[in-house]
This record gives sequence, structure tokens and C-alpha cells, in this order.
Amino acid sequence: MKYWRQPLDRDEIQVIRGQVEVIKDRCKGCGFCIAYCSRGLLVMSRKFNRKGYHYPEAAQPELCVNCHFCEVICPEFAIFSSQADAAGQQPPVGE
Amino acid sequence: MTTALAAAPPRHPHDDLLRTERIPHIWCSGCGIGIVFGSLMAAITKSGLARQDVAVVSGIGCTGRMAGYIRLDSFHTTHGRAIPFATGLKLARPQGKVIVASGDGDLLAIGGNHFIHAARRNMDLTVICVNNFNYGMTGGQLAPSTPFGAKTTTTPQGNPDEPFNFCALAAACGASYVARWTALHIRRLTNTILEAINHKGFSFVEIVAPCPTAFGRRNKIRGALDLLKFYYDRSVVKNHLAPGEATIDFDHNLVVGKFVEFDRPTFLDHYQMVNRGEVEAWPATGVDASAAGQRKAG
Ligand SMILES: Cc1ncc(C[n+]2csc(CCOP(=O)(O)OP(=O)(O)O)c2C)c(N)n1
Ligand code: SF4
Ligand code: SF4
Ligand code: SF4
Ligand SMILES: [Mg+2]
Repeated sequence: MKYWRQPLDRDEIQVIRGQVEVIKDRCKGCGFCIAYCSRGLLVMSRKFNRKGYHYPEAAQPELCVNCHFCEVICPEFAIFSSQADAAGQQPPVGE
Repeated sequence: MTTALAAAPPRHPHDDLLRTERIPHIWCSGCGIGIVFGSLMAAITKSGLARQDVAVVSGIGCTGRMAGYIRLDSFHTTHGRAIPFATGLKLARPQGKVIVASGDGDLLAIGGNHFIHAARRNMDLTVICVNNFNYGMTGGQLAPSTPFGAKTTTTPQGNPDEPFNFCALAAACGASYVARWTALHIRRLTNTILEAINHKGFSFVEIVAPCPTAFGRRNKIRGALDLLKFYYDRSVVKNHLAPGEATIDFDHNLVVGKFVEFDRPTFLDHYQMVNRGEVEAWPATGVDASAAGQRKAG
């Protein structure tokens, strides 16, 4: 998304960086996490898990902000996020 | 030293509360019950209660399987009898929290009378009802929640009945905490379940949730994601609305929110007062024999 201006404090704000993990063999491929990931970074894998379902993969793992939404929406307890590192990164606004 | 044969799968934050040996669970892909179950586990974790002080009781149905997946004292009772079982458990161990988690059919069709009277007595239970508008487990029969006109296996031409409004029913019966969300209001649902657990008295939380397999499919909303969105998109948050007005209207007025929250003595409070002789004889004003017959009838 393009914005007509950047926030003034963009260089100072640090955004938490998350890491998303998938427990492949629990997934039933409903796609909820992909549809609702707040950074739109998940895609459905072309591979199958042991039960024959496609499961999500992080196409752009570096975008994860550890919001946990994929974790709370997953009906299978098959995906979750945690904090990647304390250093953080610049806000992804305006990119 | 042994070397790891294969990398252990990562541990999910709910794994402590899950009977992981039974996961994957039986629920269909995209079934809303799993989301609600996750919310329940999150609320139990947030409550900080000791594990031995929380019990989960379910009846029969897809939703009723929750009791079998949680690593707490739990009991999967017979169909419709979760509330009576939970009542016994609560009265035997009043210091513990007893959570009933079951389906709309289990709690309000076969179990309807237990529900009504537990609410009337303000029994200190937290009742979580996954309302998927049908009997999912047995293939999608009509339930007391099925919308007017909706198709089920037993109403192939459309349901000719008006459904119950469970929140209005609970409130009318005397429930002291009543709320409703859809399965996509996840964070609010978790906070509500936590509040309901902490509330002293009969707390009722209804969750409008997708059953894509039995209900969605027959009503032309086949995808689980579509059904999840369908309910959410029609919802409006109206906290503290009179429960009778909190309709489940699929024409953009599916009312969600917290409708009732007040304190009144629970069954156990009153029972103990009676046993201690602290309750005045009934009627409280006494009977004035001399006045009897003086007031004209009619
Ligand atoms: C006494 C008795 N009658 C009928 C049944 C069959 N039965 C099993 S589950 C169920 C209905 C479940 O519906 P609901 O509570 O809405 O749960 P869901 O599967 O939709 O989550 C019925 C009628 C039963 N198990 N026991
Ligand atoms: S934690 Fe948030 S940003 Fe990261 S993958 Fe999950 S939903 Fe997306
Ligand atoms: S929400 Fe869970 S079950 Fe559904 S696709 Fe994502 S990981 Fe798989
Ligand atoms: S039949 Fe319906 S309620 Fe039962 S597990 Fe499948 S989707 Fe869920
Ligand atoms: Mg049901």
C-alpha cells in the first residue's frame, strides 16, 4: 500500500518482529490463517501433509509482527507466532 | 548421549492444556468449534487459576468433544445432561470453577429444562454454547436454533419454526451474565469467557460458529471461510442491549455483545442461608388472620 506521506516518527518507532511456525501435520487446510494474517504473508503450500491437506507457509516470514492472529484463529492449534528478536525493525508502513 | 531421530515438532502455546495425543481432533476442516476451544483455553490460562480448580463438562455432540481434548478434570456426560452433572460437581467442590461447554442441541433441545432451571437458580456455572444452528454430529438435523426457512436434513423444504433466542431465554430465566459473539470475534470472545469464568452465578456465552459440513453445505454457503465471514459481516456490537432485542437476524442485524451482567445470590448462597435459619418465614409480612376475608374478591 502506498501512502501520500510517511509518519514523522517513522525512523524512531520499532516494530516487534515475529516468527511464525506451522505444525504441518495438525493442519486441515481451512485457509483461515492465510485469509486473516494481518500482514498477508502466508500462502498455501503446494505440498501435502501426512493427512493429505495443504498447509500454510510463510512466503515473506520477515513481515511477521507477532500479532498472534493466525494462532488464535487456527481451529487446529497448528500455527503460532513468537517474538523473533529484541532488536526489532522499522515499521513496514508505506511500503 | 542419544541423537535426535527427527526434529521434534514445535510446541504450540496451548499444548499444555491439550491432550496432544488426541490431536488432530475429529472436527471438520474449518469447523468453528476449534476456534472457540482455543479461546476457552486462552481464557483458562489467562485466569491464572490452578489447574486442579477448573473442570470442564460437556454433553454429546461435536462441541461436546471439547471435554475429551482438554487436559483438565473433564467429563463427557450423556446427551443433554452436562448441566446436571456440572451442578453436582459444583456443589461437591464449591471452591472450584465448573465450565460447561456444549452444543445448541445438547444444551437447549434435550437439555433445555436443565438450562432453564440452572439459570433460574443462578447456579454458579460458566456455560459456553457453540451455536452452529443444527445437530452437527448426527448429520445436520433441525435444532431449536435453526433459523426460520433454513434447510436441514429434517426440514428439507426449509424450517417452518421460529428459533429460540438463547440469550433472551437465559436472561428471562435469571442468568446473571449473558453474552454473544461470533467465532471471528476471537479476542473479545476470550475476554468474555474470562469474565464469565470470574463471574459468580450463572454465566452464559453463546458463540455463533460455522458448521460448514452439515449446516453450510445444505444452505449454499459451502466454504468454511465464507460461513465464518457470513456471520461476522452481519454482526453488530450492541453491549447492554435488552436481551429480547438482541436478535440473530441474518439481514445485517446479528446482534453480539455483552447483554447482562449483575450480581445476585447464587443457589449455594441461598441454600446455605436457609440451612442456617437466616431466611424469614414466608410470607415475610406474616398473615393477619383478622383481615382475612375483608377484602372483596374480584
Ligand atoms: C439420548 C440421546 N439422543 C440422541 C442422541 C444422538 N445425538 C448425538 S449428538 C446429537 C445432537 C448434537 O447437537 P449439538 O448439541 O448442537 O452439537 P453439535 O454436534 O452441533 O456441536 C444427537 C441428537 C444421543 N447421543 N443420545
Ligand atoms: S503472527 Fe500475525 S503477522 Fe505473523 S503470521 Fe501470524 S497473523 Fe501473520
Ligand atoms: S488456520 Fe490452521 S488448519 Fe487452517 S490452514 Fe491455517 S494452519 Fe491450517
Ligand atoms: S459436522 Fe459440523 S459441527 Fe461437527 S465437526 Fe463437522 S463442521 Fe463441526
Ligand atoms: Mg449444534
